[in-house]
Amino acid sequence: MASFGNAFSSSIGKKLIMGITGLFLILFLIVHVFINSLIFFNDGGQTFNQGAEFMAHNWIIRAGEIVLFVGLLAHIYQGLRLVFENRAARPVKYAAYNGSANSKWYSRSMGLLGTLLLIFLIVHLSDFWVVSRFTGIPTEDALGKEDLFAVMVDKFQNLGIVILYVLAMVSLAYHLLHGFASAFQTLGWNHKKYSPIIRAFGFWYSIIISVLFALMPVAIYTGIIK
Amino acid sequence: MSTENMNLTLKVWRQTDNKAQGNLVDYKVSDVSPDMSFLEMFDVLNEDLITKGDDPIVFDHDCREGICGACSMYINGRPHGPKELVTTCQLHMRSFKDGDTIVVEPWRAKAFPVIKDLAVDRTAFDRIIAAGGFISVNTGNAQDANAIPIPKSQSDAAFEAAACIACGACVATCKNASAMLFTSAKISQLALLPQGQPERYRRAQSMVAQMDAEGFGNCTNTGACEAECPKGISLENIARMNRDFYHAKFVSEEEV
Repeated sequence: MASFGNAFSSSIGKKLIMGITGLFLILFLIVHVFINSLIFFNDGGQTFNQGAEFMAHNWIIRAGEIVLFVGLLAHIYQGLRLVFENRAARPVKYAAYNGSANSKWYSRSMGLLGTLLLIFLIVHLSDFWVVSRFTGIPTEDALGKEDLFAVMVDKFQNLGIVILYVLAMVSLAYHLLHGFASAFQTLGWNHKKYSPIIRAFGFWYSIIISVLFALMPVAIYTGIIK
Repeated sequence: MSTENMNLTLKVWRQTDNKAQGNLVDYKVSDVSPDMSFLEMFDVLNEDLITKGDDPIVFDHDCREGICGACSMYINGRPHGPKELVTTCQLHMRSFKDGDTIVVEPWRAKAFPVIKDLAVDRTAFDRIIAAGGFISVNTGNAQDANAIPIPKSQSDAAFEAAACIACGACVATCKNASAMLFTSAKISQLALLPQGQPERYRRAQSMVAQMDAEGFGNCTNTGACEAECPKGISLENIARMNRDFYHAKFVSEEEV
């Protein structure tokens, strides 16, 4: 009987897992940034709370959340594995290594950027996701919705947390700058007509997503959004 | 860029054999002509070492015109030195300045063990080719030209992939010591031509499996290989190899 053999354990298969889970997380970020951007209505978080409550209680979204965590864990596991395997492929390091002559620093630092994002994710999930799903949101807003916005405002009064979030979004921007186009190359989508479009789209995607996310804690800390 | 003769300091990796601990050794080379190639400068240094009764520096070289792929020095943190699209034998001393310190190391990869000094064992590449980088038909006499029509763009792409001289600069410069640019070029040169079709997907699977078995790292698409390749082999080949590999694994019913 024919099987997929080493399709996923080979070097190309490992890339494929990184690419597919990466693109899946890229799709998730679009949804995430869209819902969160509802705070920019600046209506005391009412629109945002409606969106957040829908996301928290819709069963399709909740099922999707499980898939998201599986994808995220696969991306983290595979990424860390690649970092260690790739280090082992060069046991003796160069005394002189001029990496900047031929590649972007962030394309060579995906493991580091990803690790920074992982540390941020642990803080971020305990700040909001654990509160929303498990420990419970303490207050309700004027419309009787769970007031996740109030949790957000409360968190972002702390300058340290705001700085942590902004720095994490800088890591995210660079991680995406390499990751977006790289995922398509891994899938074999290298085409003279499409690749420039993918690269340009990936560049603007990375910048816009990261800037929008970074603006949220900054806008709340400075009191522009309240 | 120098037009006068130069005095240089070299820091060269010396290692007596694969088991030994190596280290960088300083050498002064004086009165180096800017018109010398990098290898000729090493010849002069070696003559000097031999005269003094020292052990000359071992390095790989053969054609000295950039087509054989034997030379392999990692110069100041880059394979084949600071110039683009040249091999070490085509690098001239006019690319350096009087008083420069030049660090020269062997290719560094688990799959390329050091034999001595700057020479490394690149037979891992030969084993990747032996795993499927060929067509298994008796070709007989040469056919008439154009007996099999091939579109110009197709034959050009195949020819560009076939320009790979298997020097190993891609592995040397890759932060992961990945051999994907080499392997993909050797897969592509056949995958793009009619003669390569019958074994196309079987070949991709076998060669990738051998590449993995040799202990090369995994590609992370930094693009360093393409930038440093003396023959300008493109990342498009890696994408093509990926597609052929997926076809072999997920579309084809055949298992290798």
